[in-house]
Amino acid sequence: MIEIEHLSKSFGNDRAVDDVSLRIGEGEIVAIVGTSGSGKTTLLRMINRLIEPDSGRVLIDGQDTRQRPAYSLRREIGYVIQGHGLFPHRTVGQNIATVPALLGWNKAKMGARVDELLTLFGLDPATYRERLPSALSGGQQQRVGVARALAASPKVLLMDEPFGALDPIIRAKAQTDLRAIQRRLKTTIVLVTHDMNEAILLGDRIAVMDQGRLLQYARPDEIVVRPATPFVGELLGSGERPFRLLSFRPVRDFLDEGEAAGEPIADTMTLRDALEEALWSGRDAVPVADADGRIIGRVTLRTAIAQAARPK
Amino acid sequence: MALAATTLTERRAPHQALDRLGLLVALVALAGLLTPFAAFRANRIVPGTAIALWAALPGWETVLTGAVLVGAAALAVVRLSPAARLLVGFAALLVLAIAIGDAARFLTPAGDHLSRTSPGTGFWLLALAFSLLLSDAVARLGLTPLGRLSILAAVVGTVALILESGLWGDLSVLREYANRADSFWREGAAHVGLALGSLAAATLIGVPLGIVCHRVAAVRATLLNLLNGIQTIPSIALFGLLIAPLAWIAAVVPGAAALGISGIGTAPAMLALILYALLPVVANTVAGLAGVPEATEEAARGMGMTDMQRLLQVEFPLALPVILTGIRIVLVQNIGLATVAALIGGGGFGVFVFQGVGQTAMDLVLLGAIPTVAMAFAAAIVLDALVELATPGGRA
Repeated sequence: MIEIEHLSKSFGNDRAVDDVSLRIGEGEIVAIVGTSGSGKTTLLRMINRLIEPDSGRVLIDGQDTRQRPAYSLRREIGYVIQGHGLFPHRTVGQNIATVPALLGWNKAKMGARVDELLTLFGLDPATYRERLPSALSGGQQQRVGVARALAASPKVLLMDEPFGALDPIIRAKAQTDLRAIQRRLKTTIVLVTHDMNEAILLGDRIAVMDQGRLLQYARPDEIVVRPATPFVGELLGSGERPFRLLSFRPVRDFLDEGEAAGEPIADTMTLRDALEEALWSGRDAVPVADADGRIIGRVTLRTAIAQAARPK
Repeated sequence: MALAATTLTERRAPHQALDRLGLLVALVALAGLLTPFAAFRANRIVPGTAIALWAALPGWETVLTGAVLVGAAALAVVRLSPAARLLVGFAALLVLAIAIGDAARFLTPAGDHLSRTSPGTGFWLLALAFSLLLSDAVARLGLTPLGRLSILAAVVGTVALILESGLWGDLSVLREYANRADSFWREGAAHVGLALGSLAAATLIGVPLGIVCHRVAAVRATLLNLLNGIQTIPSIALFGLLIAPLAWIAAVVPGAAALGISGIGTAPAMLALILYALLPVVANTVAGLAGVPEATEEAARGMGMTDMQRLLQVEFPLALPVILTGIRIVLVQNIGLATVAALIGGGGFGVFVFQGVGQTAMDLVLLGAIPTVAMAFAAAIVLDALVELATPGGRA
């Protein structure tokens, strides 16, 4: 668990972060969203002390981060930045083994860990281990950057615009992969982004910042339904509000008993998927199947439309 | 020559266009063929007589040499593969080397130790033309660093073999060498000692200074301006300026004189060369470190590297190619500048240059100048190869 207590930081007369407090639960993904200059990156970098706060403190698992040297703290916190920051003179394997090497792991253990991570990120170890970063595509470089940050199995991973340099298709894939890997490793992730869609997609909770202040810290559905200030509403945009809302609602919570014809959808999908399927195929209701393919009920168009309305 | 002829017949094709650089090579070579090939003087200081190629060699050898050189110039114009051009250039230079040695033997009366035969304008033009062809071919081959080093080794080996064989023994420069063989190697060692010693000292001082400059902005401007200032002092003046303070140190500081410090000699020469070398080393270290991508620096800090680990594992390896480029500049520059050290008793090949100027004996000047130029040239090739080997992923 990360507890951020009354953190402030000024650069000259500019208050970059102004009395921000946050609690981030174990295994959560928290997305910090804001425009540039909102102080989101400064806040992130105060967690691993790349920037030292003027006042306030950060506790990780109850321990004040200032109780130990900064470099030793950073070895236990994964760090991913925009443009990956891979070391161009070191091979992919050496890059991933950076923190293990700093921690003095033996060769065999490092080699095994490198191969394990490359496999986890869908890169064949034999093909990619000895390559230089310049011989990888942008998406591969980004994955190696995340693999490097996870090498020493940190409990906390900090990510600063990790997908910013990727094109939209690769970015969507990288986001889904990150989500899947996080579910497996149960790493606590703090992610900085300027993209509200990315925050909604990835964040268990979202912290919205503007001009150094924390405007709202809540679950994504709550942010969509009840933005705390007009600025938060502006960041969200009004275009997709009903569809966003539906995408937070799993179909399995809205099943009814009736009959429905045609192809079923999976019970892991959301009302948004159900609505799209119903509209596209011209049906009033779509059947829902569980993982074994057994029909467990149906979702009606009427239910989906009712759920899309702004909650009272 | 047989090889050159077969290459021509194999490669000739009706659509082949002309090679532009080859045209230049051929024109320069043609000018070389028409201007005097050698110069003959009754003794080492009188003005010489110009001798044309056809008068400088026995009849049959003139025909043979002329045919090879004309053939090589013609081949240079045709578009050939770089490897073939390399062979043509190398063969032409080899024939030229043999011809000038034979010309000296042919023109020097038997038993005459006073007369001097030296290469003339024509020889130098021909040598220039085919060296151009050779270096262009090497560049077009796009060789790996090790490949270029092998070519350098082959050229050095060939020259050494020619020198060893005595083929050039009657040439004026080697006559001067024969009279001074002992001092030639002594001054050569002094020259190399000055150039490499000052390079080593400047690297040991300059790289740490560059690191300090990189990390402390206040030091950077002051130090770089100071070193820039030193660079603008003419070399002879700097050598001279150091005489007084060093003589004072030698007289006042106990033990300084015993360490070899004195107003004239090696100490001021070494010091001046170090001072000149500092700017390129410091400036390139600063530039190299500044060129490390910011994301890489931040990642290194974010991963938990200490300042020293970041310097040694990330910044320094990435800055190394640029730092080596600075060292290359220094080495080439100091091999040349060390010549001036002779003026203040520092020794080196400059000794022959200044003696030669004093005696108006150009051959003696060349005895000092040719090895200096050759060393600087070789140093540049070796260091270029090292820079490339130090760059991640080959050519940056």
